[in-house]
Amino acid sequence: MNKVLMKGNEAIGEAAIRAGCLNYFAYPITPQSEVAEYLSKRMPEVGGVFLQGESEVAVSYMIFGAAACGERVFTTSSSPGISLMSEGISYIVGAECPAVFVNIMRGGPGLGGILPSQADYLQATKGIGHGDCRLLVMAPASVQEAVEMVMMAFPLAEKYRNPVIILGDGLIGQMMEPVVFPDHLKSAPSNKDDWATSGMETRKSNKRNLVKSLYLDPEALNAHNLKLKAKYDRMKEEEIRYVTYNTEGDYSVLIVSYGTMSRVCRSALESLKTQGLEVALVRPQTLFPFPEKAVFDAASKESCRHVLSVEMSMGQMVEDIERSVQGKRPVSWYGKCGGEVPTPEEVMDAVKDLMRT
Amino acid sequence: MQTEVMFAGFGGQGILLSGKILAEAAMDKDLEVAWVPSYGPEMRGGTAYCTVVISDKPIGSPIIRNPMHLVAMNRPSLEKFAAAVKPGGVVLVNSSLIAVTSERDDVDELRVPVTEIAKGLGNPRAANIVALGAFVARSRILDFEVIQAAVRKEFEKKKHFIEMNLAALEEGRKAATP
Repeated sequence: MNKVLMKGNEAIGEAAIRAGCLNYFAYPITPQSEVAEYLSKRMPEVGGVFLQGESEVAVSYMIFGAAACGERVFTTSSSPGISLMSEGISYIVGAECPAVFVNIMRGGPGLGGILPSQADYLQATKGIGHGDCRLLVMAPASVQEAVEMVMMAFPLAEKYRNPVIILGDGLIGQMMEPVVFPDHLKSAPSNKDDWATSGMETRKSNKRNLVKSLYLDPEALNAHNLKLKAKYDRMKEEEIRYVTYNTEGDYSVLIVSYGTMSRVCRSALESLKTQGLEVALVRPQTLFPFPEKAVFDAASKESCRHVLSVEMSMGQMVEDIERSVQGKRPVSWYGKCGGEVPTPEEVMDAVKDLMRT
Repeated sequence: MQTEVMFAGFGGQGILLSGKILAEAAMDKDLEVAWVPSYGPEMRGGTAYCTVVISDKPIGSPIIRNPMHLVAMNRPSLEKFAAAVKPGGVVLVNSSLIAVTSERDDVDELRVPVTEIAKGLGNPRAANIVALGAFVARSRILDFEVIQAAVRKEFEKKKHFIEMNLAALEEGRKAATP
């Protein structure tokens, strides 16, 4: 496999093509505009469609349309753009269509800034759209992992007939790292004849398919929501992904951190080790479903006295960690939210402060 | 071992490209690399910079407060970043545009008039490549042949630029190793 040096945004675009997605509709926004720039050139080369919508709202319904027709389709945006797509995403969830969204997060709220942030955690994991609406949320910590998650996202979206969102921060989009596009993650689109409005002639069937999110009958809507809930429950059973670092021996502090921030924590953890201070790290790769048990187990270690959430938000992940830890250990937060990525030295200071308490 | 190089200068001086060529070269030697740009609003008119992290292990934090080395193409970037360089690192100063020094006695300050050298080659835009050649030769961060190969690869699709850029690298090397 050839290793190439690529910017995260471009690698995300290429990964979607390698995953067999030939439809990309988007509206540009910093810090992810290079995905659109890259695919505006690349999609026509592979016979795919690049289309710039007139707004993110329009884009979300273009995604809905293509997904309802059984096409693999994806879009990328950044925080304010995802907010605009929120309504369409809820419709797509309600209509049970597979699609892939990528949010290269920037600082907020409002226009905020254009630098890296992780402040859309709660939006992605709990409030992506109105109604009982959940997405599978994956968080890459490197350009390579972004590639792999994008390639995995399409079959996962089809498995659940539910959108998947990749939650990266601005640095994942802007950074260049070596990447390979693993052949084993290529996948053929699933057969959607049972439900997609792909045209009765193309699927050689007399069955009429209807894609909708409207259920005026209360019993039918309740049953529909129970069906959706069963899918979210199944995600919790089958899709939790995480990585642990330094959890084998004793440690007094457990850090929970994801994305770029988790790499900074990893560096901090290694430096603390050289000073004789042992710290462990759980890095969730899926944020919904959250690796509750892994966090609980790591926090329950006898030697562990504190759990620290390190994130580029004002502590949005803390409630998921507290829920997982179930009161066994105090959970605190360290982070920055203006676009500056905390350095390993700053994380080390936060850990040492905690050890002193 | 991990090392970091910060390239800094005006937007338009080819800062990001120098960093990219170095990153490509290191990747081709099977090292781990991360190329981290500044993409803030300061890019227009102000200081543009990128950091290249090179390591033989998976790279943790791509955010580096204290790089091992600095290539400063203009005065604001030298003033902004010189103090952050780790002791013992190379600080390459584009003496064509920077009259002041790093004011450090614990780094290897290398003053090369890269803009004038590039003008002498008939292409002032190659100043970044002159700087890259000088930096690699002085720091020995990679073998010089590796960076030459990376320059050839970078300009593969614009072959007429290859000779000129290799010449720029070479002039940088000469200036750095008298």
